[in-house]
Amino acid sequence: MIEKVKIALIEVFGLEVIEDTQLEGLQPALYIAKDQMENVCFYLRDSEQFYFDFLSNVTAVDDSENGKFIVVYHLASIPYQTQLTLKVQVDKPETEDVLPELNSVSKVWKTAEWHEREAYDLMGVFFVNHPDLRRILMPDDWEGFPLRKNYTDPEYYHEIPVK
Amino acid sequence: MKYNDALARYQEKISGITSQEMVINMGPQHPSTHGVLRLELITDGEIVKEVIPHMGYLHRCFDKHAESVNFTKTIPFTDRLDYLASMNNSHAYVMGVERMLGLGAKIPKRVEYIRILVCELNRIASHLIAIGTYGIDIGAFTPFMWCFRDREHIMNMLEWASGSRMLYNYIWIGGLFYDLPVGFEERCTEFVQYFKPKLKELDELLSTNQIFISRTANIGVLPADLAINYGCSGPMLRASGIKWDLRRIDGYSVYPELEFDIPVGNGEMGQLGDCWDRYKVRVDEIKESLRIIEQCIDRLSKDFKRSPEFDPRALVPKKVNLKAQDYYVRAENPKGELGFYFATQDRTDIPKRVKARGPSFNNLSVLPELGKGVLIADLIAILGSIDIVLGEVDR
Repeated sequence: MIEKVKIALIEVFGLEVIEDTQLEGLQPALYIAKDQMENVCFYLRDSEQFYFDFLSNVTAVDDSENGKFIVVYHLASIPYQTQLTLKVQVDKPETEDVLPELNSVSKVWKTAEWHEREAYDLMGVFFVNHPDLRRILMPDDWEGFPLRKNYTDPEYYHEIPVK
Repeated sequence: MKYNDALARYQEKISGITSQEMVINMGPQHPSTHGVLRLELITDGEIVKEVIPHMGYLHRCFDKHAESVNFTKTIPFTDRLDYLASMNNSHAYVMGVERMLGLGAKIPKRVEYIRILVCELNRIASHLIAIGTYGIDIGAFTPFMWCFRDREHIMNMLEWASGSRMLYNYIWIGGLFYDLPVGFEERCTEFVQYFKPKLKELDELLSTNQIFISRTANIGVLPADLAINYGCSGPMLRASGIKWDLRRIDGYSVYPELEFDIPVGNGEMGQLGDCWDRYKVRVDEIKESLRIIEQCIDRLSKDFKRSPEFDPRALVPKKVNLKAQDYYVRAENPKGELGFYFATQDRTDIPKRVKARGPSFNNLSVLPELGKGVLIADLIAILGSIDIVLGEVDR
C-alpha cells in the first residue's frame, strides 16, 4: 500500500514531495514535504485509485530532542477499507513566542478543523489558512501549551491557585 | 499578533450582531446538552443562525496524564473518557498496547470472549442511555425511566464482575482482572430473556409514536458525504446509509467468529440520515448486541468453559517494554470510532505521546453545520440524536 502511494505521489508531485519513508513498525508512514501537504491531501482524497475520504486523526508530537514537531495524519478510505499514515516535520523555532507553522488541511477534510484547533491549543502548532484557529479545550486566555515537554504549570490562573 | 486573529474575529462577530439578533447561551448547565457543553447561539427570533460550541469544561488532560505514567496505569483513565462505555474504551486501549507488544494473537479465546461479552453489555447500556435521554429531550419521560431500569441490571452484572459500577478497570493488558464470577453466564442468559420483550415494548413506545416522529423525522438531515467529511462515525455515519462498522472492517478480537448484522439508516420515516434514523440505528444495534451476547454465552459455557487452571492474568506483562515506535489503533465504540495514537520511546515504559481520538468529539463537530437555520427546539433534537458524552469530547 505504502509503496503504491509513494510511487503515485512521486509521479504527480516530483521526488521532493517525500522527505522520508518509515517502513519499520506496525504502521509504515510517509514523511511529506511541509509545503506540499495540502496538495497531497487533495490528491489522495480525490484520486480514484486511493480515495482517502476519511480523516481519522491529526496528532502533533513534540520531538524536541531532534528540534522538531511532527504532525501525524491518519487517513482511511471507506470504499477501499485501507489506512494510511502521513507525517509532516516542522522545525522548532528558536524562541518560544514564535510558533511552528504549516498549512491547514481543513479545506480537504472539514474534520481537520477541530483536530487542528486541538493541536494548536495543546501543542502550539500554528496552522496557516485555518478558518477559526482558537483554543478549543483550554480557556481562551491560557498561556503556554500544556502538551509540550518543557511546559511548566502556572502558579495561578486568574488569582486562583492552580497547583 | 496573528495568533490571536481568530479570537478577535470571534469576539467581533459576537459584539457585532444586529439589533434583530440575539446571543443565547445554551449551557453549560443545560440538561439537554448531556453534560457541560456550552452552545453559543446567534438567533433571530426562533431561528438559529449560527451555533458556536464551547468545550473544555470537563478537560482533564488525558494526554498529559498518559505521558506521565506507564501503560498499565493509564487504563483507569481510559475508563473515564466515555464513562458510559468504559469497557469499550479500555478494550481499545489494551488492544493497541497488546499489538505493539506482539501479544495480539496470543490472547486466550476465553479471555477474548469475556471481553466481547462485557463490551457488548456495555454497548447496550450506553445505547439505552442514548435512547432514554433522547426521549426526555423530546419530552417523553417514560422511555427514560424504562431505559434506566433495564440499564441498572447491566450495571449490577458488570459490578459483580469487576467490583465497580461504572468505571471498571476490568480489561487488562494481556488478560483480565478476574475470570467471570461463577453463575455469571446464567444470570446473563436470564437478563437476555428478560430484556428482549422489554426492548420490544420500548421500541413500540417510541419508534412509531406520532409525536416522536414529528419531532425527529426530516430534522437534522445529515447527507453521507458531509458525515464522512466531518469525520462522523458509528451510528451517526451508519444512519446516513453507510455500512461502516469497524467490528466488521477491521475484524478485531473474535468478532469475525460471531454472527451479527450492521443496521443502517434507510429513511423510513423521512429523509435518509435524519434524527429518527440515528435513533433507530441505535435501537437496532441493541438487538444485534443481544445476538452477540447470546453467542458469547454459548461459547463460554461450551467450547471455552471455565476451568480451575484457567488464569486470566497469565499473559499480563510485569513491565511493558516497547521499542520506539508509533501505532494508531481504532475500535468501534457505541459512539463511533475510538482511536488511540501511541508514540513510544526506548528503554522506558512511559509513552512519549498518547492521543485519544474520541468519536463524540468528531461527531459534535458537525453540529454547527446541522444547526444552521433550524428552530431552537429542533437544535435540542439534533444534539440529542448525536449522542455525545462530554467526558470524551473534553478528555
